[in-house]
Amino acid sequence: MIPALGLLVGLVVGLFLHPTVPLALQPYLPIAVIAALDAVFGGVRAVLDGIFNDKVFVISFLSNVVVAALIVFLGDQLGVGAQLSTGVVVVLGVRIFSNVASIRRHLFHA
Amino acid sequence: MSSHPDATPSPPPEPTRPEQPALPEQESTVTAWHRLRLMARPRATRANAFAALLAVVLGFAVATQVRSTQAQGLESLRQPDLVGILDNVTQQSTRLDDDARTLQVTRDQLVNGSSSEAAALKAAQARLAALRILAGTAPAAGPGIRMTIDDPGHKVTAPVLLDALEELRDAGAEAVQINSARVVASSSFGDSPDGVKVDGATVGSPYRISAIGSPETLGAAMQIPGGITETVRQLGATVRIQQDQSLTIDALQSPRTPRYARPVPDASPSP
Repeated sequence: MIPALGLLVGLVVGLFLHPTVPLALQPYLPIAVIAALDAVFGGVRAVLDGIFNDKVFVISFLSNVVVAALIVFLGDQLGVGAQLSTGVVVVLGVRIFSNVASIRRHLFHA
Repeated sequence: MSSHPDATPSPPPEPTRPEQPALPEQESTVTAWHRLRLMARPRATRANAFAALLAVVLGFAVATQVRSTQAQGLESLRQPDLVGILDNVTQQSTRLDDDARTLQVTRDQLVNGSSSEAAALKAAQARLAALRILAGTAPAAGPGIRMTIDDPGHKVTAPVLLDALEELRDAGAEAVQINSARVVASSSFGDSPDGVKVDGATVGSPYRISAIGSPETLGAAMQIPGGITETVRQLGATVRIQQDQSLTIDALQSPRTPRYARPVPDASPSP
């Protein structure tokens, strides 16, 4: 409940503050957001599986973000940043879909 | 954590975990919602606060990213994309340059055409004005002299007036009027009992001659020794000369259509 409210608060703050993304972070922020979303859906699924752990959630969230950004950074350094970003997005998207499917099965048995 | 394979479900965090595997469908659904509700309950643990903080950060990041994507410029693009865009822009600018050059040429042609036409019209109008003054079909105004010859004894004859006219023309008179007769190149002088015939119309004393030209030159030409003034005085007439800075000559010749002469058509077709 509190994290959900926090998400809303963050959205509202971001919408009203008009922050600009620092140039150095610009390639990483979208990937980091998607990685974080993956962590969030994984967390919800864990709740429904009954195996949720706050600590695990926090760590997985942070590590997801860091690893995603790291992969993009590495790709940029190797000259395959665009392709690697696409790959990361695809992988995370697949995981989000599977998590959502699991959540759906738990909640609606469908 | 769930999604990660390494997120081992080792410590069962919630007491509602046990009967997961073999559960009737209905019960499982209830448990899932129950678990969700249980999680939704505000708990004042440090990890929960951390999770909330992360959620705030995530929301903020999402909003920021959405905003910056909406307002995205070129700086977030990668090198290949930028090269592609640059290529496109270069091609487009080349095309636009060509277009601009073509249009410029067209515009220049149009401007030149209209300006040369206007210039031709202006020149034609100026020539028309000059010719109308020469032909005496238009009134003329300007500086000049007025000469009045009072001849009570009818001694001033046509040759004298013609001399006076020649003298005025020598001095640069551009338009001349004697009483009500406009004197032009084709004007004729003849004697008549009542005075002088100019272009067939009798003009009597006093002769008022108006001439447009430089007043000083005209006045001096009339008064040179042995000139008109002296001649006329010797004939017993009186001459009065006034210089005038603004003189109007309003007697007109009616334009005559030549009976035989025809203009030669212009050989080169002018634009």
